[in-house]
Amino acid sequence: MPIVSLREALNQAMDEEMARDERVFLMGEEVAEYNGAYKVSQGLLAKWGPKRVLDTPIAEAGFAGLGIGAAMAGLRPIVEFMTWNFSLVAYDQLVNNAAKMYSMSGGHFHVPIVFRGPGGAAHGLAATHSQALEAIYAHIPGLKVVMPSTCQDAKGLLKTAIRDENPIIFIESEVMYGDKGEIPEGEYTIPLGVGEIKKEGKDVTLVSWSKILAHVVWKAVETLEAELGISIEVIDPRTIRPMDYDLIVESVKKTNRLLIVEEGWPFAGVGAQISYEITSRAFDYLDAPVERVTQEDVPLPYARNLEKYSLPNIDKIRQGVKKVLYID
Amino acid sequence: MNNGATAVAPKKTGQGSRLLGLSKETLLDWFHDMLLVRRFEEKCAQLYGMGKIMGFCHLYNGQEAVSTGSIKGAINPDDYVITAYRDHGQAISKGVDPKAIMAELLGKHTGTTKGRGGSMHIFDAPTNFLGGHAIVGGHIPLAAGVAFAIKYRGEKKVCLCFMGDGATNIGEFHEALNLAALWKLPVIYIIENNRYGMGTAVQRASAIEDLYKKALAYDMRHDVVDGFNVLEVYKKVKAAVDHARATYEPSLLEIRTYRYRGHSMSDPIHGHYRTKEEVEEHKKYDPISVFADILRAEGIADDEWFDEEEKRVKKIVDECVEFAESSPEPPLDELYEVYK
Repeated sequence: MPIVSLREALNQAMDEEMARDERVFLMGEEVAEYNGAYKVSQGLLAKWGPKRVLDTPIAEAGFAGLGIGAAMAGLRPIVEFMTWNFSLVAYDQLVNNAAKMYSMSGGHFHVPIVFRGPGGAAHGLAATHSQALEAIYAHIPGLKVVMPSTCQDAKGLLKTAIRDENPIIFIESEVMYGDKGEIPEGEYTIPLGVGEIKKEGKDVTLVSWSKILAHVVWKAVETLEAELGISIEVIDPRTIRPMDYDLIVESVKKTNRLLIVEEGWPFAGVGAQISYEITSRAFDYLDAPVERVTQEDVPLPYARNLEKYSLPNIDKIRQGVKKVLYID
Repeated sequence: MNNGATAVAPKKTGQGSRLLGLSKETLLDWFHDMLLVRRFEEKCAQLYGMGKIMGFCHLYNGQEAVSTGSIKGAINPDDYVITAYRDHGQAISKGVDPKAIMAELLGKHTGTTKGRGGSMHIFDAPTNFLGGHAIVGGHIPLAAGVAFAIKYRGEKKVCLCFMGDGATNIGEFHEALNLAALWKLPVIYIIENNRYGMGTAVQRASAIEDLYKKALAYDMRHDVVDGFNVLEVYKKVKAAVDHARATYEPSLLEIRTYRYRGHSMSDPIHGHYRTKEEVEEHKKYDPISVFADILRAEGIADDEWFDEEEKRVKKIVDECVEFAESSPEPPLDELYEVYK
């Protein structure tokens, strides 16, 4: 299987879908002549021309809304946010127009659109540029939220997202764009709403996604399995909404313990929702209360030590694993 | 813009020429549209008072010439219209079935959106009526997107986008106008300046009172229009539409009009922000009376025709109410139609 970077995987997905369907176009800040702030759209302007790859002004509400209108009128836009932090000035468009259109118009109109770009913390960007916002989008009925952790998933999920008839929130990570991974030869897609057991285990179920899974959890799992003599089952839901609860329930029936590790804040976070659902559906199988590791409940600071301490890290994951296993 | 109680009076033009070469059939059809909107809204006010229409309900009384002149008059059936929450009249002018609109207002399954949207969210795909949007300014970028799709496909259609004067102060207005002008998109932005954003007069909310001049910042074609005369509205909107079809370029039109009712049915007709005398003064230039006078003077219609027309319109409105009242409520399982 070919090995590509995450940005190449995403680029291939967009390129292939633009070839497949001429209604698909890409717009966003610096996506065309600059080839993308993070080079995810490298070469697409040269290949597809300025009609289908468009640089926008710095006007997120304007170009997000323009994309929604174009989708209502039959096109299939991909709208890149340079980072998801900037989507907050377009929140009205995503929440009031994209998410509600199909339901509120009684099915007269729908919005097949993908909003994509990097989310979460990079390094040293401080509070306004370091937000994991999946919970505030997953909260909204009408949106689907997709967050891949591997190159293979990124390509397959983005292709599916572009073909979906609903508005998709597709959250990547700027520190993952250079990550390398294998992808299958040729055409493939991955369905939304279907998670994957990334590693089988028997003592604890650990649910995590995106960068925290790719860059933090895997190292922690390797360390803790050796250190504690346990085996951890790792589940990547891949799609935050709809969440593949069935997969987690089946795993918990086997391990009887659940830890969720996420980059977002704790209050009304994605982990809180998973925790409720699994407690409700698999209470009799749980041998310990569900545990969460989240970011500290603060705006993320700049200083290296504060940033490191605030985000999920191996020490917090160790504490979580030990707690669900009742290890002192 | 004038701050006093004077409206823009219709100008007298030469005999016949002021009808712009329009056929008798067209002129009477436009009058019908305006009267239907007026009587439909009066019925809405009555039903709201009876508690049969819920929520916020913004009526169009006084502004009919804008809707009829631009939608009924200046565009084709396959052109697009998108608007804000004062949307019943524009939906009727676009050809949306008034029975379905009334059923929507009563929260019935036969309504335009099956009872999901209500007064502020009328949608109708068959007539390319794209809403019905209730967050001020939020639909203005959508119109640019619709126009983008028109141009992307190489079509010669246009999108009319209506907004109130209050919407010209919000960021999405400016972002959308910039994009529409920058990318040359065939959208005609129409400000219905009825002089008040809820209870705040234009000059208390906007640093510039001539709202059409906001187009200058985007080097966009613009004009100001007498909204009390349906023929003037038609003429100037048609010019903008023709320009958009020929060049893909947008326009910003400020149509000066006046609403007779409160901002919504929950708001007073007059009070702290405007006087009763001001409202009454504007009714002297009522767009329906203005148009009726022209039609009489030009020999297009006589008193007998107007009497008959009143009866025809009353019958349609009565049928709307009957249809809505007798329609079923939406089934509960449709509540979950959130994803396509």
